[in-house]
Amino acid sequence: MSVLTNNLELFLRLFGQTLQLFAISAVLSLVLGTLLAALRVSPVPVFRAIGATYVTVLRNTPLTLVFVFFLFAYPLLEILRIEPYTAAVVALTLYTAAFVCEVVRSGINTVPVGQAEASRALGLTFTQMLGNVVLPQALRSVVPPMTSTMIALLKNTTVASGFAVPQAGSIRDALSEQGDNVLFGLIWVAIGFVVLVMPLTYVQQVFEKRWSVAR
Amino acid sequence: MTAASAPPMIRVAGVDKFFGPLHVLKNVQLEVPKGQVVVVLGPSGSGKSTLCRTINRLEPIDSGVIEVDGQPLPAEGKELARLRADVGMVFQSFNLFAHKTIGENVMLAPMKVRKTPAADARKTAMELLERVGIANQADKFPAQLSGGQQQRAAIARALAMKPKVMLFDEPTSALDPEMVQEVLDVMTGLAKDGMTMLVVTHEMGFARKAADRVIFMSDGEVVEDSTPEEFFSAPKSNRAKDFLGKILTH
Repeated sequence: MSVLTNNLELFLRLFGQTLQLFAISAVLSLVLGTLLAALRVSPVPVFRAIGATYVTVLRNTPLTLVFVFFLFAYPLLEILRIEPYTAAVVALTLYTAAFVCEVVRSGINTVPVGQAEASRALGLTFTQMLGNVVLPQALRSVVPPMTSTMIALLKNTTVASGFAVPQAGSIRDALSEQGDNVLFGLIWVAIGFVVLVMPLTYVQQVFEKRWSVAR
Repeated sequence: MTAASAPPMIRVAGVDKFFGPLHVLKNVQLEVPKGQVVVVLGPSGSGKSTLCRTINRLEPIDSGVIEVDGQPLPAEGKELARLRADVGMVFQSFNLFAHKTIGENVMLAPMKVRKTPAADARKTAMELLERVGIANQADKFPAQLSGGQQQRAAIARALAMKPKVMLFDEPTSALDPEMVQEVLDVMTGLAKDGMTMLVVTHEMGFARKAADRVIFMSDGEVVEDSTPEEFFSAPKSNRAKDFLGKILTH
């Protein structure tokens, strides 16, 4: 307990960083992933190919390598200078978007084809059909897998420890420098993550209940 | 065709369609003049539903020409969306938007496609729901309605776009017998009001009562094209005789 109480400020600050990394990457990857899913179900073959290529490349690459690219390789290209923190957000977002895309696409596939046909028959364009009819129904069925993807993202933020971007995963380094008990420190970090994930599970239950009506 | 005569509302000429090796539409010719009600009959698998779906290009064709109000069907895109907005379609399985209320179902396309203000769209929607007899269901979700009510809502939804022509793809085939009549009554009313209609159905009573013409299809071909009296009392082809023999004996 003393490891936690003596370093409370450190724990709070770094878990705050974790939450911030998570929140920004979550919003961005949800937006990007949904756009990618729209590409993957588009009637235009080129768009579908772009979506499929993106998912194949980013989903099949270890997250650590994505981090390495944006923190070490990308700066060498000298296009636009980005801070390590921004690079971490970019890496997490691009990586997670591939998973979000597949979750959304699986949701789109649960919507009966007649819903899309009725929209087209009424003269709605592809984007109007997706935005007004298909996606609102698709999102109902993706709440559980999307929550899992978001939980994975929250925990993936710790990969940033290896790249000098401070967050909860860096607590161990700080403790070991001070000579504190690292084992207990890590147990507290683990408890911290368990506590952080709980609200996500709660949000999942709320959405599942609210959207379970009238099918 | 002389310059003075108006183009038919629907013109299908030399249309062929394949599902893989299966030849589902064979050199189909069909014209539906403005204001006419044409009923398409035929055994299942004869291609009548496919024909109906090719007219607003829900099914693309492999060769031939389809024109709606003198305009050839455009390729997929904004042009096609505009044309579809003028062609109402009613499906066998209703296909009401499951996450929207009946009222919202009817309002959606006018607001998004025609940019009708919400208040106007709501007013029109309520009038149409009144006309099909389910105004009191406007705030319910599709799943809360009976099949017959859902199909009447689907008809109202199609009418909200003020279409030039209505396509009905077996509108009563998914309904319990006691609900068929309420849907047919709405359709008969539309026909009386002069709506141009192409109706794929198994309802012989509706064909007799409301149709100007009956098209009989078999194995992807248009076999007969005649008036209902002629078709039901003196069918020319053996395939039509065989078909009528099967359905009228019980």
